[in-house]
Amino acid sequence: MHDLRSRPHPELVEGRGRNTKAATGSTSWIDKLTMRPSRPLIVLAALTLLALLSIALFMTLGAKGNWSFVLGFRGKKLLSLVLVAYAVAVSTVLFQTVTNNRILTPSIMGFDALYMLIKTSTVFFLGVGALTSIDSQLQFVVEVLAMVTFSGLLFRWLFLGEERSLHLLVLVGIIFGILFRSMSALMQRMLDPGAFNVLQDTMFASFATTDPTLLGISTVIVLAVSVVGWRLMHSFDVLSLGRAHAINLGVDYKRTVAIILVLVAILVSVSTALVGPVTFFGLLIATLAHGLIGQSKHRYVLPAAVLLAIVALVGGQTLLERVFAFDTALSIIIEFLGGAVFIFLVLRRSAR
Amino acid sequence: MIVASNVSKSYGAACVVDGVSLQLPKGGITSIIGPNGAGKSTLLSMVSRLMAMDAGTVTVGGLDVSKAASDELARRLSILRQDNHMTARLTVRDLVSFGRYPYTKGRLTLDDKEHIERAIRYLDLAALSERFLDELSGGQRQRAFVAMVLAQDTDYVLLDEPLNSLDMKHASAMMKLMKRAATELGKTVVLVLHDINFAGWYSDYIVAMKDGRVAAQGPAAEMIQPQVLSEIYEMEIAVHELAGQRISVYYG
Repeated sequence: MHDLRSRPHPELVEGRGRNTKAATGSTSWIDKLTMRPSRPLIVLAALTLLALLSIALFMTLGAKGNWSFVLGFRGKKLLSLVLVAYAVAVSTVLFQTVTNNRILTPSIMGFDALYMLIKTSTVFFLGVGALTSIDSQLQFVVEVLAMVTFSGLLFRWLFLGEERSLHLLVLVGIIFGILFRSMSALMQRMLDPGAFNVLQDTMFASFATTDPTLLGISTVIVLAVSVVGWRLMHSFDVLSLGRAHAINLGVDYKRTVAIILVLVAILVSVSTALVGPVTFFGLLIATLAHGLIGQSKHRYVLPAAVLLAIVALVGGQTLLERVFAFDTALSIIIEFLGGAVFIFLVLRRSAR
Repeated sequence: MIVASNVSKSYGAACVVDGVSLQLPKGGITSIIGPNGAGKSTLLSMVSRLMAMDAGTVTVGGLDVSKAASDELARRLSILRQDNHMTARLTVRDLVSFGRYPYTKGRLTLDDKEHIERAIRYLDLAALSERFLDELSGGQRQRAFVAMVLAQDTDYVLLDEPLNSLDMKHASAMMKLMKRAATELGKTVVLVLHDINFAGWYSDYIVAMKDGRVAAQGPAAEMIQPQVLSEIYEMEIAVHELAGQRISVYYG
């Protein structure tokens, strides 16, 4: 009979080689030891400076006339961009942590499409009157609740059972995305043109024209989510080890993952309500944050992702509005870059 | 003591573990052996609550694994599976530090740090402790995971094929370490092993599985017998006495 153990294992030869390298080339790991703790901190400091610079330029560049008006007007816009940056960055990083992959994001799984479907259904079934007569904040809260319920069901089914293959998940996500979008599109075609106009207004991803009425409630929701997230902070790193290790280390896996997925759904609703769906932005931000920090501790990766998202949105918007005098192109550029990253990640993964 | 009663698990129509009832003694090393697909890993996953069972109950040291709080179990029982693919990027020391999570939820005390350093030393990882896991060979990574489990310092240690991708030196060092953990620290170690000679040499108790059932069990000396092993593996296996140990020969 043929037995694997009677052959020398290829790993063995390789392992020996690396072992000796580690022993003789000891300066390299000593270097690493002294350098390593500072790398995330340097990255975070640089990103903080960049983010502050973007904010300062956004608020002041090209300002003419009454300062109190300019600052108030731009301040609201800035707040919505920062909220979106925070919501997208945190939701994407946490989603990738609990699903234990670096390719899928809530948007790629079709979750902003789900939010748009909920919004379209409101108009379709309750009439456009509902969209204009009901208090928009109340309406938003109801939409978020519907979103949490539906996405909660879907997430639970997808991620809480046995482990599923990543390719299956990508496929399921894409199909759900198409389903949600087509259902929205069908309902939109059956709407009368006036109602469609009102709805369409809320549906386009635009960082130049954010929805100001929802700023207050969005801020409150994001703060509440952050408080809950903060209390779970210690479990994020453990969850990133994967399901089996997390359970072995005593994380109440189902409960913790379910809570985090609810937080993710809420954050996706907030960002979609403010600027519309952006598919690849989160992926771009999370990939860059992990790459720049070089390790997976959430106390570094999360702030890095948020700061990167602020730089990309606030800085990018300033650049396009003030320097290139474009108007709505930022989402196109971000989607292009993010899409390229997505293709790169998928190809690199299948190459291995 | 680990007590499994009537434990079953099916994937679709295939019944992988079929009504297994088993009592594993407290203390010492117990090895679970058997051909591929016998249900060894599935049984271990159910005992360690990684997998829900379709029927039956398992208690570990009196705690029902499907009812007890997960963090209480994590201080009592640790499990390491064979597949440890990981998307997170961590150093060896970071990984080993996770072993202390059940006790302090991420805030390491001096006592924790001592456990971590001891586990790193035990597995001969001191020179590698600041390296990232993705820079290590399969065997080195395997040792890092075992170090994490050791830092977890539980009464019951369950390892699924811990000798996978280890060379001879580290494989026997790993088994000696398990032996020491069992005799000096009073741990109960349960291993799924493919190498019946390692199992025979180091185990106190051996359970053989076949087709989802327990085919035979008993003290190691009674299990390493030509008739017993040939029956389980369905092949000729000779057993010779060498240096006071029973060695199986099945290469021919």
